Amino acid sequence: MIAGLVSGALDRGALAFLATLAAIGILVPVLNLLVPATSPFYLSSYFVALFGKYLCFAILALSIDLIWGYCGILSLGHGAFFALGGYAMGMYLMRQIGTRGVYAHPVLPDFMVFLNWPELPIYWYGFQHFAYAAFMVLFVPGLLAFVFGWFAFRSRVTGVYLSIITQAMTFALMLGFFRNNFGFGGNNGLTDFKDILGFNVQAPWTRAALFMISTFALMLGFVICRVVVSSKFGKVLVAIRDAEARTRFLGYRVEAYKLLVFTLSACMAGVAGALYVPQVGIINPSEFSPGNSIEAVIWVAVGGRGTLTGAVLGAVLVNYGKTYFTSGVLAPYWLFVLGGLFVAVTLLLPRGIVGTIHQRWREWRERRGAAARVPHTAPRAAE
Amino acid sequence: MDARTTTALLYLDGVTVSFDGFRALNNLSFTIEPGEMRAIIGPNGAGKTTMMDVVTGKTRPDTGEVYFDGSYDLSRLDETEIALLGIGRKFQKPTVFDMHTVEDNIGLALKGDRRARKTLFWRETEEEASRINRILDIIRLSPVRHRVAGSLAHGQKQWLEIGMLLAQEPKLLLVDEPVAGMTDAETRQTAELLKEINRDRTVVVVEHDMTFVRELGVKVTCLHEGSVLAEGTIDQVSENERVVEVYLGR
Repeated sequence: MIAGLVSGALDRGALAFLATLAAIGILVPVLNLLVPATSPFYLSSYFVALFGKYLCFAILALSIDLIWGYCGILSLGHGAFFALGGYAMGMYLMRQIGTRGVYAHPVLPDFMVFLNWPELPIYWYGFQHFAYAAFMVLFVPGLLAFVFGWFAFRSRVTGVYLSIITQAMTFALMLGFFRNNFGFGGNNGLTDFKDILGFNVQAPWTRAALFMISTFALMLGFVICRVVVSSKFGKVLVAIRDAEARTRFLGYRVEAYKLLVFTLSACMAGVAGALYVPQVGIINPSEFSPGNSIEAVIWVAVGGRGTLTGAVLGAVLVNYGKTYFTSGVLAPYWLFVLGGLFVAVTLLLPRGIVGTIHQRWREWRERRGAAARVPHTAPRAAE
Repeated sequence: MDARTTTALLYLDGVTVSFDGFRALNNLSFTIEPGEMRAIIGPNGAGKTTMMDVVTGKTRPDTGEVYFDGSYDLSRLDETEIALLGIGRKFQKPTVFDMHTVEDNIGLALKGDRRARKTLFWRETEEEASRINRILDIIRLSPVRHRVAGSLAHGQKQWLEIGMLLAQEPKLLLVDEPVAGMTDAETRQTAELLKEINRDRTVVVVEHDMTFVRELGVKVTCLHEGSVLAEGTIDQVSENERVVEVYLGR
């Protein structure tokens, strides 16, 4: 049954996209690890880490496209779910440091020793086990999204009001995580990680493996999204997006649909955050900042919402642009570029890059199809 | 309420709805018998759309009773629950899912399990496919079944929405201005279509177009300022002095 669902959900374009991702997931580590540094094909570890980060952003973008592009829920706080997944992974990585920390405490992370905490807070229990941390990566963002969504969707908060309260949610979490007594390292966050599952997080092989896993997670996320949007459930989502009241009068429980897809999306964002943290080596409260979430929405808008592939493309392109701009003399102007990009896309490419390509392609095929069908349709028109 | 207190399919008694002091419905009472077709007329602001909103759960009445099938208190249920009880609604402005194909629009409306976890793994059965085909034939949209609904002409959208109502298999259909913006030929065909639907379903039609109401040839209720002004055949109602006064101005 699962196989049937998946094969039904993947058209030729989706398969080509998955094949490209698979090729990247294999080639990039190979070119980094097995090709000598003198070769023109060699990819530096810096490059691997950078693009590994983009892949995590692409998963986040995918999760936003699922709810925004297909169900019309514009979350401006999705960075919160990303950051929560990241913190769950960060807590596991902190517990792996053990006695190698500055204070060499066998159980307590450095910042807790520094704050004179006598023992580990209860909510840090269990994070030394990878399986538990991995579960929390999904569970914490999912639970928050479920509770938040339950109240918001039942009260029929929609449109810009929903966007504003999602902003408030991520802002509130940021303020909380900045506090030392919250127990997550305050404004320094969690960092100085040593190893993950026994492998050194800095080692090129570990980085390459994390890159491959991120690619795989992106592929898996894409397949899940495709299955969801091409099912009847996905059609109901689009119906809700375009005519919510009509969908209700047809007898669909709109809030249940929204809640399910919102929670799924938050879990995906959590996974993205969890893969991001070991690759960048730090998680701190600035990941909760409202600006981050808005940026992620811009990636999706640029790539084309409601296309899934566009979200991935947009995330990689915009972030590549960001890296390029912020590492040169143009650095102070990046926010202007980003804002300008958003305005330009909204005005000139309202469907985003991939959306526009799709539309052109359809128009071209229709014109060709119409030209080919003329002899057949002429007599029918006369009838 | 447990015991059935009325034989009527739809029973409104003393329903009042106010918006900021304005009484959109003022002590409105009427009943619709099972199998009946009823036309509801009235000038703008008479409360026709508000009445539909109350019956479908979009608006809660301030006072009064609304019962469906003698045993369901509609004033306590929400839109989804009411739709699942078997009340379908067609909006004044045709509301179809523009981005979906004609076929998918009918498919979404088709009676079936509406729960999220069921639709996620749902596959179309042959029986459902033939139901969709039948409805597409009735509303004469089979030739355009693969087109997106947004690209249909206005009259076709109206029919598609009626088709979606049929697909829901409701006991009661509420149809708001089905012939607004239609040509004369389309209006006639729509009257035929509604009569056909009325063979096994109860229908309430809200309409401005008097020729269309005459064509339907059913009992008419005229609303004015939120309550019933007159009830009877179209001839009786249109000869009623107060109705003439309301429609032509005093």
